[in-house]
Amino acid sequence: MAESTTVKRERLKPPITNVGVLGWLHTNLFNSWYNSLLTIVTLIVMAFLLPPAFQWAFVDSLWNSSAEACRDIDGACWSVIPNNIRFIILGFFPSGQEWRPILAMVLLLTLVVYSKERSRWKSSLLWLWAINLIIMGTLMYGGIFGMPVVETSQWSGLPLTFILSFFGMIVAYPLGILLALGRQSNMPAIKTLCVVYIELIRGVPLISLLFMSSVMFPLFLPEGVTIDKVLRALIAIILFTAAYIAEVVRGGLQAMPRGQYEAADSLGLNYSNTMRLIILPQALKIVIPPSVGILLSVFKDTSLVVIIALYDVLKTTMVTLSNPKWAGYSRESYIFLALLYFGFCYAMSSYSRKLEKELHTGH
Amino acid sequence: MKPEDHSTATDTGEAAVPFWHDAGKRSIVYQVFALIAVIAISYYLFSNTQANLARQSIATGFGFMGNEASFEIGESLIRYSAADSYARALLVGALNTLKVAFIGIILTTILGCIVGVARLSTNWLISKLAGAFIEVMQNIPILLQLFFWYAIFYESFPSPRQALNPITGVFICNRGLIFAIPEPHRAHAAMGLAFVAVLIGGWFLNRWGYKRQELTGQFLPAGKITLALAVFIPLLVWAVYGAPTAMNIPELRGFNFQGGLTVSPEFSALLIGLVLYTSAFVAEIVRAGIQSINRGQIEAAKAIALRPGQVLHLVILPQALRVIIPPLTSQMLNLTKNSSLAVAIGYADFVAVANTTINQTGQAIEGVALIMVVYLFFSLSTSIFMNWYNKRMALVER
Repeated sequence: MAESTTVKRERLKPPITNVGVLGWLHTNLFNSWYNSLLTIVTLIVMAFLLPPAFQWAFVDSLWNSSAEACRDIDGACWSVIPNNIRFIILGFFPSGQEWRPILAMVLLLTLVVYSKERSRWKSSLLWLWAINLIIMGTLMYGGIFGMPVVETSQWSGLPLTFILSFFGMIVAYPLGILLALGRQSNMPAIKTLCVVYIELIRGVPLISLLFMSSVMFPLFLPEGVTIDKVLRALIAIILFTAAYIAEVVRGGLQAMPRGQYEAADSLGLNYSNTMRLIILPQALKIVIPPSVGILLSVFKDTSLVVIIALYDVLKTTMVTLSNPKWAGYSRESYIFLALLYFGFCYAMSSYSRKLEKELHTGH
Repeated sequence: MKPEDHSTATDTGEAAVPFWHDAGKRSIVYQVFALIAVIAISYYLFSNTQANLARQSIATGFGFMGNEASFEIGESLIRYSAADSYARALLVGALNTLKVAFIGIILTTILGCIVGVARLSTNWLISKLAGAFIEVMQNIPILLQLFFWYAIFYESFPSPRQALNPITGVFICNRGLIFAIPEPHRAHAAMGLAFVAVLIGGWFLNRWGYKRQELTGQFLPAGKITLALAVFIPLLVWAVYGAPTAMNIPELRGFNFQGGLTVSPEFSALLIGLVLYTSAFVAEIVRAGIQSINRGQIEAAKAIALRPGQVLHLVILPQALRVIIPPLTSQMLNLTKNSSLAVAIGYADFVAVANTTINQTGQAIEGVALIMVVYLFFSLSTSIFMNWYNKRMALVER
């Protein structure tokens, strides 16, 4: 409005329905007739469902009681958790040695949190991880420094879940990179081998590989040689994960502009130097967010070892529930376990999303 | 990167390069070494396996498939008894896998689309609820979810005698979901035929309608006509057959229900778990697909006076589907692969039957190979479909 009017301007306030609580309600919940209807119907449904759920979980529930006391209540018996927490988390690890798996887990989680910061991504971090994994393994297995040996058959609960997922991921990564490079290679024989491997593994469910590890691996070995159950499952998880990592890394390799390869060629770098110094550092940076996504699915997928009778945290919970004293509290136990998994997985997935946003330096 | 051709050096009169400096020859050496390594490892594993099998005197080969299976299977789409062969038992398992995958894919697509659209809703409450659903389902292992739903069935639902009866003819108890179905009648087959006939007719009507619209500009609401006929014609057939209304109502006899249709707790738990878990991923795909469409496209469609239905049908969907379909198929494949977890809760899918077979016959290699071949068949046929689809849908770029 170029020409100003002579009329005395009154400071008009925005309509009351556009600001404040009412405004928020109006724009977010009641902005059209069907949205209003939807809001009301949803609220009614929630009013029917939430109070009984709340009553069950918090009002009528017992949090730390004996199993007998739980028989007389209608609500949730959360007591099943504190009464069995030691077995659910640590499983068959010998008593008196509990500090070892707990320390191993604390070390691992500390390092995970430490590694989140991008400024700390240096080659020294890789060494730190390697040392940490060795310490973790030593803590779990023992045999030196006066720690009694704990066979892998006694590794169970949450430490086993962590070991399977983190060791699996870390060993599978280099293998996945090799497979991805092989798939991009211009040597037909190597390319074919890699393509066949990747597509074969991605085409079958993890459980078939786990079956293979439990029933077929013993047949592959010469007479008298045995490998233990945990290692066999770990090998199956590594073989499975490597194929998925290979596809993710391939995405990174394909995203590299041709100019990078040509520049490396014109500098006279050979294949391994081109990859090591030019292509992989850039390609791997791009694929960090999807790699966290793979770690997340490996972490979830380790629960499948239940089927080949390994005692991960899901199996120890089921063993607890098979105790007649605590039978019938599956809902409570599984909800606890779901919260546990959700905590770790949600942290990983939101970190992956955050990283993706940060690393997306393009337009 | 092509192997560089160093042979040009020889043309200028210099000494011939040794073969280890020739990238082309070197790559042949590498490949030969790789092949020899793979063959050697395979041979090593194979000979070990042969020796082990011989020592344990396990016969190899698929001869066991003809033997009597002598185990019962809880539910089956085809006639099966313990006296049938392993081959038939495995077929029953494969059909059960297909059954849960087929129903699961349909329900997942529907639920996933609803949640994906709800996530984009301008309604704060709906959008947040959809977001919470997606996060919760994606971040809890599917196996834990399956155990949870199965526990709900066998722990929280009453025994058949105290079965919940929410509506007449429907019972919920720890033996599963039992509901009344119409008594078999000739009319049903005829109604099904009529329905299919109307759908085929509708397809031709739609094509004819498009041609007419291109020639004359007149619009034919083929979709609505087909929908109306698809409801009306089967009803007409039903009335012609004398409108049979007899129902097969489940009745409590002894400790369990007789009659009606029973959906077992194992199947229900597996289906609920798979559908909820996968639909969270589908919802994210649908959301991304819808968000990938430029707003200008929708505004342009409105500007040339397309009706809202046409905007959706002619502008939004063709573009969104291009983005949605490829990841959607891979989720459907994931659902099929995850259905193998049925073995953990006792639904007789292919893996469960194969597992029983392995335990009974000791034919581990054949059993695992069968599992892999069946799932590879599903995967490969899906990827063949995907390649065909991508080729058909590929944007023709200038």
